[in-house]
Amino acid sequence: MSAFRALLGRELQLAWRDGGALGTAFGFFLIVVTLFPLGIGPDLKLLGRIAPGSLWIALLLAALLSLGRMFARDAEDGSLEALVAGPLPLEALVTAKALAHWLTTGVPLALGAPVLGLLLNLDVGTMPILLATLLIGTPAISFIGAIGAALTLRARRGGLLIAVLILPLYVPTLLYGIMAIAAVVTPPGDAASSLTMLAAITLFTMVIGAFGAAAAIRYQLQ
Amino acid sequence: MTRALIVDQIALERGGQRVVAGVSFAVEAGEALLLRGPNGSGKTTLLRAVAGFLPVAAGRITLSPDDDTPIAERSHSLGHANAINRKLTVEENLAFWARYLGGDVDKVDPAIEAFALDDLRDIPTGMLSAGQARRAGLARLAVADRPLWLLDEPTTSLDTANAGLVADAVNAHISGGGIAVIATHLPLATAFTHELDLAALSGAHAA
Repeated sequence: MSAFRALLGRELQLAWRDGGALGTAFGFFLIVVTLFPLGIGPDLKLLGRIAPGSLWIALLLAALLSLGRMFARDAEDGSLEALVAGPLPLEALVTAKALAHWLTTGVPLALGAPVLGLLLNLDVGTMPILLATLLIGTPAISFIGAIGAALTLRARRGGLLIAVLILPLYVPTLLYGIMAIAAVVTPPGDAASSLTMLAAITLFTMVIGAFGAAAAIRYQLQ
Repeated sequence: MTRALIVDQIALERGGQRVVAGVSFAVEAGEALLLRGPNGSGKTTLLRAVAGFLPVAAGRITLSPDDDTPIAERSHSLGHANAINRKLTVEENLAFWARYLGGDVDKVDPAIEAFALDDLRDIPTGMLSAGQARRAGLARLAVADRPLWLLDEPTTSLDTANAGLVADAVNAHISGGGIAVIATHLPLATAFTHELDLAALSGAHAA
């Protein structure tokens, strides 16, 4: 457990020191969200209607940007082998890494989403449910992303490959996130059950991600 | 049962090619093995297999007393890369490894001293020269006790004086009952009790 804490602490420390990654993700998020009204035109009603989905998709893409670095840096400088040789099971190592990615990317982006939503005429009343779906759904981005990051560890310029590999896997998360929001925006609807499903999917991806990425790393280190 | 690393008739493959075949040796506590051989003779492959990163095609590798803990978790491996993060300072790197590997944070200071890193402790390792970074990588071995050291060209980029520090560290490790397997082309002031020349063994490889 102390090894897990040590690794998580190191990842957070590195993310903090290396603030550029979050800055890039935020910049990307902001730009994509800004492009929507420019592309669609000043129809406030339409913008407000597509705001939750646009924010979800833009956040997904923004969070993808930093995924490739999850294991790559440690693989380059040899730390990954030393980490694997540590007392922590590889699955726990992946969990610490993905958790750190979520805390330093998913959470800040989710917290920023309602603010960016103002650009899209997002209804203030839907902000709480949007934030709830994002906070519950974003761990899935990090944990599924861990599989992609581990699989593309040896691929040069694996960034795009990661997107192609794992974006389809986010469909269930996106669907239930949007369904929960829709239930609040256009009653009657059952937001609670959609949120529960969203949470279930996230928990499922945490398990799949930990074991899948661990298996991929084991193979990549050979 | 005394502590010993026993490699029994192992064969190793890289990309379907047999690189090492029929290698056996035993190194007991307090002993060191020098691994020699020309480039491509399988020194790195052998070290990585002992560390458990590569599967063996045949044979067995055991580190007695045999328990269920994989050898990787009872050994320190130092490969061509130094396993230090360039954004963290020397001290932060070593403190992390001490905590992560279950070592003792109190050992960070002696390790820094042992590898003459005093003046560099607060410098991000990305700023260090190749030799300084190598020493920081080597200092990792000193922050957590592990019985087996597997070193691949540990003195790369080090000058003579600093290579002496490596020899001192290895000697201290061995005299404390540790085991070391070291691949190196450069002279290292360590009393090697065993020597294995992979070139002499590679009849099967050459054929």
